[in-house]
Amino acid sequence: MRVKKVREKSIFITLCVAPAVILFVIFMLIPTFNVFKMSLYKWGGYSNNKEFVGLNNFKILMEDSNFFRSFQNTVLLIACVTIVTMALSLIFAAILSREKIKGQNILRVIFYIPNILSVVVISAIFSAIYDPNSGLLNSIIGIFRGTEKTPILWLGDQKLVIYSLVIAMIWQAIGYYMVMYMASMASVPESLYESANLEGASKIRQFFSITLPLIWTNIRTTLTFFVISSINISFLIVKALTNGGPDGATEVFLSYMYKQAYTNSSYGYGMAIGVVVFLFSFGLSALINFVTKREPLEF
Amino acid sequence: MNLSKLYKIFIYVALLALAISIVIPVGWVFLASIKENSEFYGNPWTLPKGIYFQNFIDAFEKAKMGEYFLNSIFVTCLALLILLVVALPAAYVLARYRFFGSKLINIMFMGGLFINVNYIVVPIFLMFVDADKFLRLLGTDGFFLNNLFVVALVYASTALPFTIYLLSGFFVTIPRDYEEAAYMDGSGYFRTMVQIMMPMALPSIITVILFNFLSFWNEYIISMTLLTKDSKTLPVGLMQLMQAQKAAANYGQLYAGLVIVMLPTLILYILVQKKLTQGMSLGGLKG
Repeated sequence: MRVKKVREKSIFITLCVAPAVILFVIFMLIPTFNVFKMSLYKWGGYSNNKEFVGLNNFKILMEDSNFFRSFQNTVLLIACVTIVTMALSLIFAAILSREKIKGQNILRVIFYIPNILSVVVISAIFSAIYDPNSGLLNSIIGIFRGTEKTPILWLGDQKLVIYSLVIAMIWQAIGYYMVMYMASMASVPESLYESANLEGASKIRQFFSITLPLIWTNIRTTLTFFVISSINISFLIVKALTNGGPDGATEVFLSYMYKQAYTNSSYGYGMAIGVVVFLFSFGLSALINFVTKREPLEF
Repeated sequence: MNLSKLYKIFIYVALLALAISIVIPVGWVFLASIKENSEFYGNPWTLPKGIYFQNFIDAFEKAKMGEYFLNSIFVTCLALLILLVVALPAAYVLARYRFFGSKLINIMFMGGLFINVNYIVVPIFLMFVDADKFLRLLGTDGFFLNNLFVVALVYASTALPFTIYLLSGFFVTIPRDYEEAAYMDGSGYFRTMVQIMMPMALPSIITVILFNFLSFWNEYIISMTLLTKDSKTLPVGLMQLMQAQKAAANYGQLYAGLVIVMLPTLILYILVQKKLTQGMSLGGLKG
């Protein structure tokens, strides 16, 4: 009787867990393993002659100026987008959860909209905004600086284009993080603000001495995830909006990887880039985790 | 007094500016989608002269957005179905039972949260290329590439870590008494799971469906890579329209396509926005 019961239980467990494990192994674990493996081969893709070259791909990578350009672009994007998005979403979240604002709910609903749109949709919207001749942005600016001047090429100017992307990425991310911070700010007890008010602490002081320290754990986790997801979102936006152009000015890590793998058909080299990006994002999140470490506060 | 009034005004201006920067471009796309092509030259702020519905007909027929729409619905629904059937039992068992290897499997799925699809899409593609080559050697047609079912399977698989993480987090919080009572009454493991535990998890299941619906519907890197021939999903079709527009300046069609892609998500969002923003604080983070 008991043996039968144990058997029944292990059959149940196996049937429940096995499909998930099998799918995970086939479509996530093995491909991840393959990224690392293929980075050690020289391989044109469709042909079968894979040649083991050890770390040679990485050696070439170190001297690849295009890769360094994509590296610079990615770091610039991450730095700008992270700082601005975090600062703005924290401030707006604090305002919306502390102040009595009319139409608070509708504002919250609106702010979250960009997060539900496909990156392709966002790219199409921004290409309408940034269009040099009939774009929304230039036509507004035209009112102030006169229409007879040459239009600003938001996506065509090599120096400007990266900041145009920064704005698009901030637009996409800000609502999501704001709603997230509002949720965690709601758990800060009201009594703390009441006593701070009694003692005459200003709102800005309250923000820095009460709100920020108490949701610090949440900020830390979101920061780590934000950096990792910025690397991905930058790829998605670049792929749909500029495709790395003009002339490589917006090439980011993963778009360069994708380009090497498909357009250039050097899969091995592309995967070597993938490995470097993988390690870079892990290193960066470890660094952020280390730098932002504080004693967690209880409340 | 004056200072606090100024502060209040500043807050309202800042909040409104952000709201406007979101509402205006999205609303503008809707207006642009009913403009005639000739209306796109000159000032972009003019209102449409009439409702030019032909844009949508063109987008549906000429740009094949109608066909892509059906593809997207098929892939999204199938992927959600596979995901729920696979992830729910796994999440339940992993949250409830300790067995040989359970710790390892838990760690594996946690690690999976950090694997992003964009890194592994190339190896997945190559894996299918190899598999198809092998099938052709056996004399059958290729199966894996250009197959909507396979795309749905890949979607579901890559969503597993996040979904299992979210659902197990919920199952852990339910007291064991419910199951013990069920076992006492002679209910088997399967019946207990399906009839007692899953209905209780319904709020979490709805959150899972919402988040994954959005990510499957909006996804385009996997579908762009794995569907190389005629059948595409909506976002990939939209990208095609964007590229075609650069050459042919067919604005009306492009914005009609844009509306077709975002309208379902917007409607869903308006219907369930409370649930979505609540679920977020419950589920934590997305990758």
